[in-house]
Amino acid sequence: MEVTTKSMPYEAWKDNEYIEKLVNELKESGTNVIVGQLDKLINWGRSNSLWPLTFATSCCGIEFVSLGAARFDMARFGWEVARASPRQADFMMVAGTIVNRMVPVFRRLYDQLAEPKYVIACGSCAISGGPFRKSYHVAKGIEDIVPVDVFVPGCPPRPEAMIYGIMQLSRKIKVEKFFGGVNRQEKQKEFLESHPVSGVND
Amino acid sequence: MANIQEKIAKLYPEATVEQADTLTITVDDAKWHALATTLRDDCAMDYLITIVGMDWKESLGCIYYLMSSKTNEIVSVRVSTTDRERPMLHSVADLWRVACLYEREVYDFYGIIFIGNPDMRRLFLNIDWKGFPLRKDYDEDPALNPVSIENERQTDLTDTWVEENGKVVKKEVEVFSPEDFVVNIGPQHPATHGVLRFRTAVDGEEIKKIDVYMGYIHRGVEKLCESLTYPQTLHYMDRLDYFSAHNYHHGLCLLFERAAGIEISRRAQVIRVMMDELSRIASHCLFIGTYCMDLGATTMLFYTLRVREQILDIMEKTCGARMTFNYDCIGGVMQDLDPDFVKDVHALLDVLPANIKEYNKIFTGNVIARHRMEGVGVLSKEDAISFAVTGPSGRASGWACDMRKLKPYSIYSELDFNEIIATEGDSMARFKVRMLEIEESAKILAQLVDNIPEGEYCVKVPKVLKIPAGSYFEIVEGCRGAFALYLESDGSTKPYRLKIAPPCLPLAGVVDHITRGTKIADLITIGGSLDYIVPDMDR
Amino acid sequence: MQDLSAITNWIHSFLSSFMPGWLTTTVECVLIGVGLLLAYSLLALFYIYYERKFCAAIQCRLGPNRVGPMGLLQSVADMFKILIKELIELKHIDRFLFALAPYLVIIASMLAFAVLPWGNGLQVIDFNIGIFFLIAVSSIGVLGILLAGWSSNNKFTLIGALRSGAQMVSYELSIGLSVLTMVCLAGTTSVGGIIEAQSDMWFIFKGHIPALIAFVIYMIAGTAETNRGPFDLPEAESELTAGYHTEYSGIHFGFFYLAEYLNLFVISGVAALLFFGGWMPFHVPGWESFNHIMDYIPSVIWFLGKAFVLSAIIMWFKWTYPRLRIDMLLSLEWKYLLPIGLFNLALMACIIVFNLHF
Repeated sequence: MEVTTKSMPYEAWKDNEYIEKLVNELKESGTNVIVGQLDKLINWGRSNSLWPLTFATSCCGIEFVSLGAARFDMARFGWEVARASPRQADFMMVAGTIVNRMVPVFRRLYDQLAEPKYVIACGSCAISGGPFRKSYHVAKGIEDIVPVDVFVPGCPPRPEAMIYGIMQLSRKIKVEKFFGGVNRQEKQKEFLESHPVSGVND
Repeated sequence: MANIQEKIAKLYPEATVEQADTLTITVDDAKWHALATTLRDDCAMDYLITIVGMDWKESLGCIYYLMSSKTNEIVSVRVSTTDRERPMLHSVADLWRVACLYEREVYDFYGIIFIGNPDMRRLFLNIDWKGFPLRKDYDEDPALNPVSIENERQTDLTDTWVEENGKVVKKEVEVFSPEDFVVNIGPQHPATHGVLRFRTAVDGEEIKKIDVYMGYIHRGVEKLCESLTYPQTLHYMDRLDYFSAHNYHHGLCLLFERAAGIEISRRAQVIRVMMDELSRIASHCLFIGTYCMDLGATTMLFYTLRVREQILDIMEKTCGARMTFNYDCIGGVMQDLDPDFVKDVHALLDVLPANIKEYNKIFTGNVIARHRMEGVGVLSKEDAISFAVTGPSGRASGWACDMRKLKPYSIYSELDFNEIIATEGDSMARFKVRMLEIEESAKILAQLVDNIPEGEYCVKVPKVLKIPAGSYFEIVEGCRGAFALYLESDGSTKPYRLKIAPPCLPLAGVVDHITRGTKIADLITIGGSLDYIVPDMDR
Repeated sequence: MQDLSAITNWIHSFLSSFMPGWLTTTVECVLIGVGLLLAYSLLALFYIYYERKFCAAIQCRLGPNRVGPMGLLQSVADMFKILIKELIELKHIDRFLFALAPYLVIIASMLAFAVLPWGNGLQVIDFNIGIFFLIAVSSIGVLGILLAGWSSNNKFTLIGALRSGAQMVSYELSIGLSVLTMVCLAGTTSVGGIIEAQSDMWFIFKGHIPALIAFVIYMIAGTAETNRGPFDLPEAESELTAGYHTEYSGIHFGFFYLAEYLNLFVISGVAALLFFGGWMPFHVPGWESFNHIMDYIPSVIWFLGKAFVLSAIIMWFKWTYPRLRIDMLLSLEWKYLLPIGLFNLALMACIIVFNLHF
């Protein structure tokens, strides 16, 4: 089993080790033929239809707008259906700094996303706090708040880097398992259990 | 200037007046409100640029920067208190309406309570934040204010301190009454241009009151700057208003250069001005696009972004980045211009008129667009000055507030361009002013592009830059309005205090005033036409 | 002109040759139901792709081109994903109404399919009040939207639903009036009859001025009926995040999403029926050979082609014009469209009485 991408050779990807690791994990878990084929179909649908949540806090958000514009045109990949309501979105491009006051809001947005949900930490602020790491009011990376699937470094990342990042996410989805939850959902569950939110009353 | 000096000396003999970087008046808190009234009414100091909160270790205080919309003079007033436990000053929120917001900011950072301010809540930090971060003795221990995923506490009450029979009493005032239907717009909302939050009391579709919450992207830039050397502080300017990156850089470089006594070459000045104007065009293009998208005409965004991409290409060739350029540096600019620069700018100037014509054809004359914008969110000239709404939004209300004309810096005094002023003050005027400003910027570029002088692009500056002790003030024109900077130096390599007064904070402050009685859809129109950038107001 | 009713008649006679009458009807109903469902989902998928490509073309972009040839499978992938997406359980909502709303919306648009003239003889049912039935069922949709907004227990959805209610109830009038104008010209409310009346010339030419006015009013009101831009106030993205369906996820949201596109098809299909002769080919009186050549193009293609072109016009509106404000929206209807529509009806009546039409 190999993860393929249309008009992009396997060797062109810079980091194939992680995907091979995921493929092996998937192989080891074992699965019967019918379920396997069904998984493939589901993953084909999911990986090709990633709808972003319009979520931007600062500079990276503007590059995300550029990503949607005519030059970079994320519509080619089917990502242009940006939903403003988290219930209908598939992934969240965390474009910009997350500060202390934003953290509860951000976490709530993540919780409102419908499964399957993915998070891309876009830009150095979302990854580690970036140039504002030493500030008194900036979260040092969003990894402590939500489980992150893909990191896209840059300040801000170029739109090409964002395309690469979302394509990586799409590759990761291709080796997921719908029945049994290998590769992703178990980890997410672990994370959420270790970072519980109390007193959410909605 | 002498006029003001005499007047103040006569009326307030106990106030000290000195001519430093600007005319500085030092006054006691007891006399401050009276002095402020005199300054505003008799000396026409009607524009409050900013209130700089200060911690001088032995005392806490404020520096008020005032400007006259008639004579363009700048005056600063220092007021301080030695009480660190419960510092109190008198509010001037009744004289300048923007002061209400500025005083909340100072309260948030320094804990100074303003007697008479109707709304003394924290502005950027949440209610339960411990300590005042910009005080020099602030405890930065993250355990005190941990990153929490629990929702913050919220209240519909606000505190206000009033003087009654010589005693200061705390009172609680309701922001919203229990029967108000309050809709929460933001912080995650497509039309707030970032993470701004409006709590909106509505009656059907009509807006009764808006309470603006900020701080969802407050990154503490001012505090961070205090721990960095002068050249290191520059890069934060890119990340405030990321569309005015060049302009803000320019402002801070001017401030440092003036303070350190550095003369830069003419070539560097020309390059800086050209970059400023290029970013102004790019910024206004994006404004037109996002504004039209807010109103529902999505396609315009794609058309305006074409021009912006072209400008970003020019910038990328020279600066090496599409955004956050970090191009202007102390002593000039980082690198020399790209060999293609002149050709590329010519190409841009060639396509620009046709593009502007196209925008006007698609959007400006559209009957729906006209009905949506005309007469919506009218801001009078007096209110614009009182709320310190500068930039294209202020000029749309008839206030000539272009710092390129009022306080010409760099080579702007030699350039031939018009200040676009409209008198209607509605959303349409704000839209049109920006549209016309693109043409004016193009005019400036056309004057400069073939006359870039030879010379060095960056003069030699000492590796370790020290700025003589003292206070310095600089004001430049960003893409969204007047961008003021205040530097207090103690003679070391790091700023003792660097205050950034962005144009977008007052823009957000005026939203409540001009949206009352309009429809929910008008909130989007008005918010879009003011064109605030949230990371800029929050810093 | 090939008559597709030959096929349907053959199926009917084939089935009734070995089945009792009641069973024949049942089997036919099932067959039609399956056929319609298939047409429904295929059309919806096609329309989503169509709109994405169309707006990409307007915006100088490429649009979907990665999934399948020319991106044709993009909406199929979207459908797979949305089918297995989580349906979020919300607290403090009216569960029954919340679940009912998307079905109401989708049923409303589906019922309209029953009377659409797909081709010569290819119509599910052709009864004497066909066009009246169409107007009646298409207004069920507003109920679904109101329920969705109300039951979600969210302020944005509530505002969206109320806007939608005001908008749909108002614009229903204009649609009714412009339909009535054309019914006057046709002299029948039966769908088959209306098409038959256009066999020599389409109504848009036959009824000249009043027909043109009615067409413009119909297109404006029809766009408003489908909640599409510039009348997309109920789901105004920049104002109400996603309007009345903010709280819906998974396939429930998918239903709203599909219904929006299907309503677009229904509105343009009815416009094709009333003004452009439904499946009737383009005929010019007197040009016999030309008319004969036109007859060679299958009637299904005529109908779908007209509907797609008219949809393109509606999409063109959406991507060009800014959104109206609620008071502008209502004053447009009550102050302009409605009086003009009434006047137009009278004008049409005069033209028919004095026989001034072609």
